[in-house]
Amino acid sequence: MPGSAIPDAPAPSTPRNLPEKGGTANPSAAAIAAKFGNAYIRSEVVWGDTTVYVRPDSVLEIVRWLHDDASQRYDYLSDVTAVEYRDPEQEMEVVWHLRSLPYRRFLRLKAPLAKGAPLAVDSVWPVYKGADWIERECYDMFGITFRGHPDLRRILMWETYREGFPLRKDFPLRGRFSRAEQLRQALSITTEGRYSMEELSVAQAFEDLPEEMRRRLAGGERTGE
Amino acid sequence: MGLSQTSPTSALFDSPQQESWVATRLDFLVNWSRAKSLWPMPFGTACCAIEFMATAATRFDLARFGMERMSFSPRQADVLICAGRVPFKLAPVLRRIWQQMPQPKWCISMGACASSGGMFDNYAVVQGIDTIIPVDVYVPGCPPRPEGLLYGIMMLQEKVMREKMSDSAIRNEMDPDPASGLYIPASKIDELSEPFGNSVQQTRSGL
Repeated sequence: MPGSAIPDAPAPSTPRNLPEKGGTANPSAAAIAAKFGNAYIRSEVVWGDTTVYVRPDSVLEIVRWLHDDASQRYDYLSDVTAVEYRDPEQEMEVVWHLRSLPYRRFLRLKAPLAKGAPLAVDSVWPVYKGADWIERECYDMFGITFRGHPDLRRILMWETYREGFPLRKDFPLRGRFSRAEQLRQALSITTEGRYSMEELSVAQAFEDLPEEMRRRLAGGERTGE
Repeated sequence: MGLSQTSPTSALFDSPQQESWVATRLDFLVNWSRAKSLWPMPFGTACCAIEFMATAATRFDLARFGMERMSFSPRQADVLICAGRVPFKLAPVLRRIWQQMPQPKWCISMGACASSGGMFDNYAVVQGIDTIIPVDVYVPGCPPRPEGLLYGIMMLQEKVMREKMSDSAIRNEMDPDPASGLYIPASKIDELSEPFGNSVQQTRSGL
């Protein structure tokens, strides 16, 4: 098959009649268990997708290996998110969804984070630049700190949002403040507060623009208002 | 032939109790031309905007009501059509767009979410845009069909037709309280945002 790293790979097909638990495991799970014995906790297969539980300290190391190793080649990070369970004793889980396009594999990594300790894991931004915004969203909604992230701040809620982390189980659905107080705080956002027009100006980004656009702008053409 | 001592303009405008025939005819002319050429400023944030686009397209044809010219700048708009839910993060944006519109201006709140928060009784959504800006016509529906929006627009035209030049307060801007940024009292906003219907059953603690 063209595009596949396996020479005699069959044509891809939609899997049918998958068992809920215990289908064929992704070979990467056994590879992680063999290579990172100390960090590996367990793995399970649910509806044909493999989940590997690892210790949070080693996530960056494992993800880097999964990305770089010639036998894994996980070149696409589709999501970073978190799960909090209703049981307050149960650990929170940070979830990474990785996809290997050359080997046509999907792998879900989970790292449990104990509730008492500070919720922090290493950012995978050094490996996948696309992790930037999805880690910011995870921080915004769950309050998990990603160490080594270049610009960790809220992305969906505004930056002066003071009510906490909305997807946590202890967060009331309607927010902590009264509606009038929420509206008052929202109306006091200065939309230019963080992003000044200078920051967004074309002048600074001029060198990064395409050649054709640079030529038009240099010729004095005005765009927009 | 005796001439009255009052100036012609004061005879036209300064007697609200006894409006002259000229004033009422002039009112009709001005209102008629305004009502039949409302330029909408579409503020579409969600699925209601799709219905709004359908209303503007050929089958329902908003142009029949003198609204064929969408004004994507608030400075040339007459009526703000807020189509869709407004999250708190958009509240200052909507407020500013409204303040940028010149008088005379009107506002249509399209759909359940814009009018009351709709099903989104949660931490992120404004419970009715009438807590941010004054609203003239509420169009119910989730989303309203184009006929519903057209009916709302015709109601607004009717409202415009009833305006009187002699009413000096009709073009007064509602200035928000400088300290809080709210233009209606906080207790009223809380009262308007009280949960109703199914969302009464939602727990506040979450646990």
